[in-house]
Amino acid sequence: MSNALIRLPKSVKRGEVFEVKTLIQHPMETGFRAGANGTMIPRDIIEEFLCTYNGVEVFRLKMSSAIAANPFVSFFTTATETGVLFFRWTGDNGFKMEETASITVA
Amino acid sequence: MDTLHRTDVTRRGFLAGVALVTLIPAAPASATPDELAAAIKELVGSAKLNPGRVTLDIPPLVENGNTVPMKVSVESPMTAKDHVKAIHVFNERNPQPYVMNAYLGPRAGRASVSAHIKLRESQKLVAIAELSDGSFWTASANVIVTVAACVEDLVQ
Repeated sequence: MSNALIRLPKSVKRGEVFEVKTLIQHPMETGFRAGANGTMIPRDIIEEFLCTYNGVEVFRLKMSSAIAANPFVSFFTTATETGVLFFRWTGDNGFKMEETASITVA
Repeated sequence: MDTLHRTDVTRRGFLAGVALVTLIPAAPASATPDELAAAIKELVGSAKLNPGRVTLDIPPLVENGNTVPMKVSVESPMTAKDHVKAIHVFNERNPQPYVMNAYLGPRAGRASVSAHIKLRESQKLVAIAELSDGSFWTASANVIVTVAACVEDLVQ
């Protein structure tokens, strides 16, 4: 099972632009590496990362084999109202990880 | 005379062999500048690719190609009328020319995305911003990699 970490500022003001930092545990196997016996290790990557803010999509990232293992992604969004940020990572072999974080807008 | 003749044929055969070997390149497992150009063309189409507005922050010299911090920022007011729709990153010499495609909107407030990426060898990276008015802006950076990604399989 993977672990995901989300980092948000402790408090934000309405209209403030804040950074969302995310990190998830995943091997991001490229599919271009040979294993010990010379056969290629099949690709196993996260293909898409999605973030919604109270149900509205605010950020989406399409990843490739060129994203490092344990993908770190950070982006910005505007504080509109107190609510929930929802994160979802989906990828090869049916990989799916969901995480939520609440944000309080002063 | 006969021996001489045979030697001559062998040498000719050898040379032909050498020529053949040189003609057949080793299976190219990496994207080439052509593939990079093709991938960009597929995204941009016939639109003009303008230099500027985009900042591609990446260390010029990295020791470990397995994890390279990268940040792409675009100068934009990020309003409903004028904002960055997407930020695309391409590479020149990884096995595939794609790195990532980030989709954002006016709610992002600031058009800036960071991620850690893999670089197989020293190469050029290209970031392209797609704006709401349909224009494309670009920046590129060269990175020197001393220990490439994907070399672990060689030492296993």
